[in-house]
This record gives sequence, C-alpha cells and structure tokens, in this order.
Amino acid sequence: MLAESLAISAVLFTIGVVGVLVHRNAIIIFMCVELMLTAVNLTFVAFSRFYGATGQVFVVFVMTVSAAEAAVGLAIIIAIFRHRQTVNLSDINLMKG
Amino acid sequence: MDQHYPLFYVFHFYLFGVIAIASALAFVTRKSPVAAALWLVNTMFALAALYVMLDADFIAAMQVLVYAGAIMVVFLFVVMLLNLGHPSEIPDARGKWWKLAAAIVGLALLSMVMTISRTRLPESLVMPRDFSVTQAAKYNAVGTIARPLFNEYLLAFELTSVLLLVAIAGAVVLGRGRESNAR
Repeated sequence: MLAESLAISAVLFTIGVVGVLVHRNAIIIFMCVELMLTAVNLTFVAFSRFYGATGQVFVVFVMTVSAAEAAVGLAIIIAIFRHRQTVNLSDINLMKG
Repeated sequence: MDQHYPLFYVFHFYLFGVIAIASALAFVTRKSPVAAALWLVNTMFALAALYVMLDADFIAAMQVLVYAGAIMVVFLFVVMLLNLGHPSEIPDARGKWWKLAAAIVGLALLSMVMTISRTRLPESLVMPRDFSVTQAAKYNAVGTIARPLFNEYLLAFELTSVLLLVAIAGAVVLGRGRESNAR
C-alpha cells in the first residue's frame, strides 16, 4: 500500500499546485496550500506505517504549522480586504513591475 | 513491500483514495469559495479514512478535528465575514494560455513526484510486518506518538508553543486594523 499512498499523495499535491496557479481568489489559493500540506502528511503517515512511528510526530508538527499559517494568512487577507475591498489577486498589483 | 493484503482492505483503500482525489478535483474547479471549502472538507475526511487504514488512528482523529473542524471553519468564517460567498464576476485577465501552462506544469510536476516516489528504500529500514500492531498494543494509539514526541522531539515540541504564540499575536495585530490604533 506504500506505492498507492505515495501516488495519491502526489496527485493531491499536484492538484494543489495547479490550483494555486489557476485561481485568482486569495482564499481559494490559501485552501490549495492547505491541500498541499495535507498531501505531504499522507506521505509521512504512509512511510510511518512501514518505517516506524516517527513520521506521525512530523505530521503533528505539520498540522501545527498549517494551523498557525491559516491564522496569520487569513488575518493578512482581512487586512488586504480592508485596504483594497477585494481579494482578487489581479487587483493587488502595487509591487508589479 | 510484498505484503499480502485482504481484498476488503485493498478495495476500501482504493475507494477512499478515489474519493479524496475526486473531491480535490471538484474543490479546485469550483468558483465559489464556500463550495470549494466544503469539497476540501470532503477530501480531508477521505484522507482521515486512509490514515486509519495506515494504522495512524490518532492522526486520523486529529485530521478530522484540526483540519476539517478548526481550519476549514476559520476559512468559512473569513469568507462570510468579508461577504465573499458569491463567485467573482471579474474575468481572469491572463487568458486561457495561462491555464494551459498551469496544466503542463502540473503534469510535469506529477511525473517528477511519481518518479521520485518510486525510489526503492533500503530493506533494512523496513519494520517487521506486525510492527504497528504490536506498537499500538504496547502503548495505545496516543502513546505511539507521544513517546517520540516527548523524548527525542521535546525541544521541537516546546518551540511549537512559541510558534503558536507568535501566530496568535500576529493574527491579533494584523486583524485589529487602523481605527483601533488611533486610540
């Protein structure tokens, strides 16, 4: 089942990357990042099944980081929305060359 | 890794894998943030089922509580706070070539990750077949994680609390806004 888990994880990670590239809504892009983090978690759990339980400890750390990231990132999105009245990334182009 | 699995196990493993990937595809093709968030919750639940099948019961419970429960509720909360529930009517200025390029990049990345994941790890690292079962019987599902977490990774665990403190402070400072700074 290790190969299957890694394949599922790879597909989910790729879906997350393509979502980040395709979407323009900051909140959906943020959810795509969460999907990528979860896909990596599946890799950790699959390896921990066959190579010892340490991988599950790293899943705990990844979950903590993604929770912190969600809190700070959504606060940033709220701050941007307050300034620009939009979360469409095409309209947030102050630093565009 | 030539272990023999019962057909019942294999069938459900593939079933939940297909559910996870299908919900992720539905998630990424939605325009409305609320529908996307709900499909992502579905993906998280299917992944939790996969975790249970990989003998990581505690991680599965945490996946449902933290991801599907807490994080997605925060996302939906922000969507409704900013009133973004309806899909944006502004068309993407980058045109359809950008989507084609994104698809090509995705296929290239997928082939790369698949190739990497086919690497054979040394067999000496592989635990005995009933490793996780005996481990779970000896210490229970929580103890399996708690032992390494509070022994080898104690420093990292303590640093996690600093990370969470910084995140809380940062979220409060960023979310407070300009008006309340004036007082």
